[in-house]
Amino acid sequence: MCRVVDLQQAVLAENDRRALTLRTELAARGTTAVNLLSSPGSGKTALLEAELTLARSRGVPVAALTADLATENDARRLGRSGAPVKQILTDGLCHLEAEMLRGHLDGWLPDGTRVLFVENVGNLVCPATYDLGETLRVALCSVTEGEDKPLKYPTAFGLAHLVLVTKSDLADAVGFDESAFRAHVQQINPGVETVLTSTRTGEGAGVLLEHALAAHGNAPAHRPVMARQAPPREHHHTHSHHDGAVHSHS
Amino acid sequence: MHEMSLAVAVVEQVDGALRDEPPGTVETVRLQVGELAGVVPDALHFSFTLACEGTVLEGAALHIDTVPGRARCTPCGAEWATGMPPRLHCPDCRSTAAALVAGRELQIVSVHRADHGTVPAPTPASEEN
Ligand SMILES: [Zn+2]
Repeated sequence: MCRVVDLQQAVLAENDRRALTLRTELAARGTTAVNLLSSPGSGKTALLEAELTLARSRGVPVAALTADLATENDARRLGRSGAPVKQILTDGLCHLEAEMLRGHLDGWLPDGTRVLFVENVGNLVCPATYDLGETLRVALCSVTEGEDKPLKYPTAFGLAHLVLVTKSDLADAVGFDESAFRAHVQQINPGVETVLTSTRTGEGAGVLLEHALAAHGNAPAHRPVMARQAPPREHHHTHSHHDGAVHSHS
Repeated sequence: MHEMSLAVAVVEQVDGALRDEPPGTVETVRLQVGELAGVVPDALHFSFTLACEGTVLEGAALHIDTVPGRARCTPCGAEWATGMPPRLHCPDCRSTAAALVAGRELQIVSVHRADHGTVPAPTPASEEN
């Protein structure tokens, strides 16, 4: 005898539930979590070090977790800013999940931390699927990676609340087409802000910190289309015998 | 390859959901995977086979229904296929205020299973077969 058991369960239900809990708990502690996604070698660590240093100089309590295996010295490098920094060893896992993050925060995250930066594992595919309980998700891409990058990784860029272009000082040297890059970002994430940065020239310095500080509680300023679910269509019963054309009433 | 983590999550959830069911063999697990879910179906198939080994799902087949991405404009109500990579601004009024109708699904729909040994007592209606 063969039977069908209806389940209708989201595969990510458990992670999403834990992420929601973590986001709520962090908000209650006054901490905003920022999830940083990029390919290896994008200059994410250098940018984060600069932002941590800036935050310290302004007296903003910040902390950072880094899972980027591309450079094992990330934690030491970020620690030069004076901010509390912890390295997450993922044992080769290609992404962080909410429960892993949770385990690293317990007993470590100092009270009063205003912004917690999470440097996710260095790739733009796997981490994009997992909500970590962050309020702000940032996708980073260096000018050397080319202007098609957002189209190749639509989930990472499509769900971002902020897009940062790094190494802008190299833009001319590598022939980076800024307007094409911006158009590609807008195609998959209309309305998201894209900012050019360079730790060498100081362009865009502080933009990451300012966006994090502006994201209060658990409400980022920008809501990506890809993260919005359309409500069910309203049914106009008076038109139910018509041909199904869309009727709009003003 | 996060498809391995997803496959493990599928196996754990199906295993958990069937715990209160009579023993039986899981023949097929049916998933809905949206075009914009960031998942490679081939990688998920491969990972699923590995994730099932040594579990109650060993030997089960994975059936993936791909759900095309669709978006709807909030101001004008137009609906369109997003394509891949997606176009998420309204093709009619150019508004950037849209929402997805479909395409981000990552859903376990159902499980097909064959029960072991437990032949139900025939009811009068089924005796005719
Ligand atoms: Zn429109």
